[in-house]
Amino acid sequence: MTGGPLSNAASWRPLIPELILAVGTIVVLAVGLGRRAASRGWLLALALATLLGAVAATPLTMEPSIPVGQEAPGAVRGLALFGGLLARDGFADFFKLLFGAAGAVVVLSSFASREGRGDEPGERALGGVLAPAASIASPTAGPPSSGEPRRGDRDAAEYAALLLSVVLGADLMAAATDLLTAYLALEFVSLLSYVLAAFGRRSRRSAEAGLKYAIYGGVATGAMLYGFSWLYGLAGTTELAGVRAALASAPPLVSGTILALCLAGLGFKMAVVPFHSWCPDVYEGAPTPVAAFFSVVPKAAGFALAFRFLVGSPEATLSVAGADAGAALVTGQGPATVVASVLAVIAMVSMTLGNLAAIPQRKLKRLLAYSSIAQAGNLAMALAVGSPAAERALLVYLGIYLFMNLAAFLAVTALVRAGEGDTLDDLAGLGGRAPLLSLGLTLAVLSLAGLPPLGGFVAKFAMFSATIERGAAGGGPIFYALAAAGVANTVVSVYYYARVAKVIYFDRPRAGAPARLPVPLSHAALVGITAAGVVALGIYAPPLTALAEKSALLWPGP
Amino acid sequence: MVITRRVPFVLSGALVAAAIAGCIVAWGASARAGDAPPPPEHAGLLHVRPSSVAFDRAGEAAQVTIANGGAGPLAVTAVRVASVGEPDFTTGPVPRRTLGPGESLAVTVVYRPRAGGPRQSFAALEIEHADGPGASTGPRVDIIALRGGEGRFLLTLLVFSPLFGLPFLLLWPRGRERWLRWLALAATLVPLGAAARMLATFDPAFPRAAGNFGYQMVQHVVWIRAFNVEYHVGVDGLSVGLTALTALIATVAAIGSWSIPLARNLRGYLSLLLVLETGMLGVFVSLDLFLFYVFWEMVLVPMFFLIGLWGGPRREYAAIKFFLYTLLGSVLILLAIIALYYASRSTILVDGTPAAHTLDIPKLVHLNDFDEHPALLGFKFANLVWVLLFVGFAIKVPLVPLHTWLPDAHVEAPTAVSVVLAGILLKMGTYGMLRLNWAILPSATVWASPVVAGLGALAVIYGGLCALASVDLKRLVAYSSIGHLGFCLIGMAALTPIAVNGAIFQMLSHGVVSALLFLLVGVIYDRTGERGLDAFGGVATVMPRYTAVFALGFFASLGLPGLSGFIGEVMTLLGSLGRFRTATVVAAFGLVLAAAYNLWAIRRIHFGVLPERWRAVLAGRDLDGREWASLLPLVLLALAMGLYPAPVLELSAVSVSDLLALFGLPITGLGGGL
Repeated sequence: MTGGPLSNAASWRPLIPELILAVGTIVVLAVGLGRRAASRGWLLALALATLLGAVAATPLTMEPSIPVGQEAPGAVRGLALFGGLLARDGFADFFKLLFGAAGAVVVLSSFASREGRGDEPGERALGGVLAPAASIASPTAGPPSSGEPRRGDRDAAEYAALLLSVVLGADLMAAATDLLTAYLALEFVSLLSYVLAAFGRRSRRSAEAGLKYAIYGGVATGAMLYGFSWLYGLAGTTELAGVRAALASAPPLVSGTILALCLAGLGFKMAVVPFHSWCPDVYEGAPTPVAAFFSVVPKAAGFALAFRFLVGSPEATLSVAGADAGAALVTGQGPATVVASVLAVIAMVSMTLGNLAAIPQRKLKRLLAYSSIAQAGNLAMALAVGSPAAERALLVYLGIYLFMNLAAFLAVTALVRAGEGDTLDDLAGLGGRAPLLSLGLTLAVLSLAGLPPLGGFVAKFAMFSATIERGAAGGGPIFYALAAAGVANTVVSVYYYARVAKVIYFDRPRAGAPARLPVPLSHAALVGITAAGVVALGIYAPPLTALAEKSALLWPGP
Repeated sequence: MVITRRVPFVLSGALVAAAIAGCIVAWGASARAGDAPPPPEHAGLLHVRPSSVAFDRAGEAAQVTIANGGAGPLAVTAVRVASVGEPDFTTGPVPRRTLGPGESLAVTVVYRPRAGGPRQSFAALEIEHADGPGASTGPRVDIIALRGGEGRFLLTLLVFSPLFGLPFLLLWPRGRERWLRWLALAATLVPLGAAARMLATFDPAFPRAAGNFGYQMVQHVVWIRAFNVEYHVGVDGLSVGLTALTALIATVAAIGSWSIPLARNLRGYLSLLLVLETGMLGVFVSLDLFLFYVFWEMVLVPMFFLIGLWGGPRREYAAIKFFLYTLLGSVLILLAIIALYYASRSTILVDGTPAAHTLDIPKLVHLNDFDEHPALLGFKFANLVWVLLFVGFAIKVPLVPLHTWLPDAHVEAPTAVSVVLAGILLKMGTYGMLRLNWAILPSATVWASPVVAGLGALAVIYGGLCALASVDLKRLVAYSSIGHLGFCLIGMAALTPIAVNGAIFQMLSHGVVSALLFLLVGVIYDRTGERGLDAFGGVATVMPRYTAVFALGFFASLGLPGLSGFIGEVMTLLGSLGRFRTATVVAAFGLVLAAAYNLWAIRRIHFGVLPERWRAVLAGRDLDGREWASLLPLVLLALAMGLYPAPVLELSAVSVSDLLALFGLPITGLGGGL
């Protein structure tokens, strides 16, 4: 790092975005605990101010980085904070922007509308934040006695605080360069996610989702912690760079066991096979805006951490000639290491299983959950390839994935808020009943399939290009197999994505369905904005690709 | 409207708006920002105006100002013009100068294209400078894009003009929907006019040696720098005919869509048709592989909806089958494109930035040789990539045995969509083969040409036999399409000038004739709701004019001399007899099959006794004005191309000879042995 690790005192200034998030969380909690009822509007404004402030603070507090093309071998871009526990570099900043944007969109979606019949179809409106605070159907509601905060709004403050905290934790996950901070940040995100998943108070499915998430996550992160303890014993240090070097030079049985344990925790967060079984139940049970949040923020944070852990290193300039390939877990050139092969297999299996399992799904949220597993497989291709091009592809893919996945989930949210159910049959004939919402959902789903001229194609092109480049640069047949699996899965995935579009436009509406769907304007606007982002990035991707190039951890090399 | 009007919500809205504005400002600032400023002891800062220069006429001059905006000295060490091939721009002598703070230097650039004719020029002006004496980072080079030549925007206008009609279509007020059809027609007439202008400006005698690798009306700008992707469009003899045909067929399809009722979401139908037209036009003019692929895939989604929403009884099955089958072909093409990209040599992008690999089709064809590339997975690289591309394109053509999506798609699609599918989409496959397989990988083409010719002959016979066995008129025409394109394949595989020119002519002729045939089927289907060949008879007694046009169309399909089909078929057969005797003879037998099913169809529908149930719907309802408007251009074109094919053949002649020059085969007219 330029100038060596910073001391504790000097490390606070680069952490201003995280500090803003922390302060905002505390303020939101305090506002919610007060005696006077805090209206949802003020909570929304506070949460938005915090998130957007953190996002704005990121470029403003960034240290000037060495321009691309002028690095001297061995020098790195960025700062090491707190003596090497956290990093402040372009890679972490990219994810800060991503998480802040995702958090802002989800907060807007959760708070924006007072109308609507609640979140779970067919169930009585919940007393939680995701239903109108004064809902007629809820037995505990009624005219609030003066001075007593309404139950719904107190939950709203907790909800907002939880969301902000998860964003904070995710920021720390993306910046972690030490085993301890990695574990702390990961558990921070996980524990709060368990609570968020169970946030639908009256819904049994939500409670089940939270419980399943907690149990599965507990075991997975526990296994990871055990692996970390072995790593510490092996390496004598908890710094990622030293740990990686020790792991690369350990006997195969030892390193294999440790990696399997660590991948349990990382894979759980990324939702790749074989650590994916929590995903469909949690996404289906959690309230829909929360599921939208889960599909982007913890997953992307998991990928960021996994990339730092497995591939990216401040010291190992993986693509400059003379780098010692033996010291790296995943190399960017030369034949594939064992770790890279295992990651490639994980990626292929995730894609395939996610796509095949999504085909028979009738419930939208489960379908989107399996689609997220398949997309995680696509993203994991970048981990297996490990080259600078793959890293850029990962960043571009995550940026576009944010838009298209949020658009899809927000469309489901809007659908449920408008009084419909969340199964595929409820989408029947939506094209005539809610034209703009249908268009948004169709664009999101076709972009997830990877069809031009939408953003999903640019993302897939970047990913497949990086994979084939690695294969062509002497990587061996595993990378060609990976690319072939990727394209084959694209075709398979189109089957169920196009089926969503087909049901929306081709099928007749159910008997008795209203002719026009009263979609709240706020939800329609959010779907519209995210869908417009998908189209815009497909037609003109350079802003995102330029940002990804600037943020990259690995250098293109000579 | 359910956002309650409260202060905090307004505040939140203001925050979101500020965030979006901040994003836009940040993007603009980053796009304009250069690298970090140089260290203070060398604080010269280069400002160059303008950032790109465009010329219209030869001899035009422009001034580029180099100014020093910093506080220290700036040394300009060199100013030069860089391009692929000889640059068409000259600068006057620029002495090496050191500029003090605030000083500036003017460089004059003159546009001097070497050859006349429709040539567009692209180059980069490189300004090499150092920020001060002994600067440790060495000289830096700033680049300005130079563009010259007229007609640069014509193809962009051609491709994207249908999209201009979309906002009108989608926002048109509800009560006046009968004007939607006229609106869509107007939106298709704009590219038709642009195509006419393109044909008028096109110079058939412009060879590759004259510059631009032989392409005219080129527009070339950088699109996604990170992937070395450019927006590069242009036409040459291979594509100009197909592009004009696409514009014409799209207009004819818009006229043919008149019968779609308003109640069936006409707005959506016409919007999808316009998006489809843009995709098709884009495929034929693209000269960058990424751009080609985007347009190629862009066609799939509108077709899926058009077949699936407005089609016949089994439309959903046909639509999803079409989508998945052709998508499978497309992803194979994507793999091949990426493989070619990473096997290509380094070059420069159009504005001078160096690129490690290229996706540019002309550069891949002429500046790259893939024959010596190391083997891939045990296969010769060029052959493996050729096979991937070929399978992808063969699904689109469609070649037997990858053709099973076509009969279903055609039978279930509405008339106008069948017209577009047969008239243009199938040609995208053969065009792709010529543009990518033949041009970029010539040695692999020679290696595979016997198989290609065999598949072509198989397609002719198999398509003919299936057409003979069909009981549905539309299915008959669909299988006849497969047969016609078999001739194309044989001609393309033969690699002689007559055969390849004949194949291109056959593509154009097939576009016209199959469009005509599907419109004719639509005429009787609109009136009776029936397409079965055995359900009719004696239609000539009540609809004589229809019979005349029907007969003409089916005679063109069977290859009657005097109509366009004959020229294409005879040229491909003559040109390939020397190289592939067996395939040619087999395909010639296919002509007999064609005669059989076409004549038999005419007889079964038009001659004999009219079943009484049709008398009421057919009598007195001969072709009306709208149907004449859609049929007549195609009829006249089929006649003109059949009686006087020279202008059309001239369009492609020079490009074909440039293409065949890549193969190094002896260029004999009839392919030797004759």
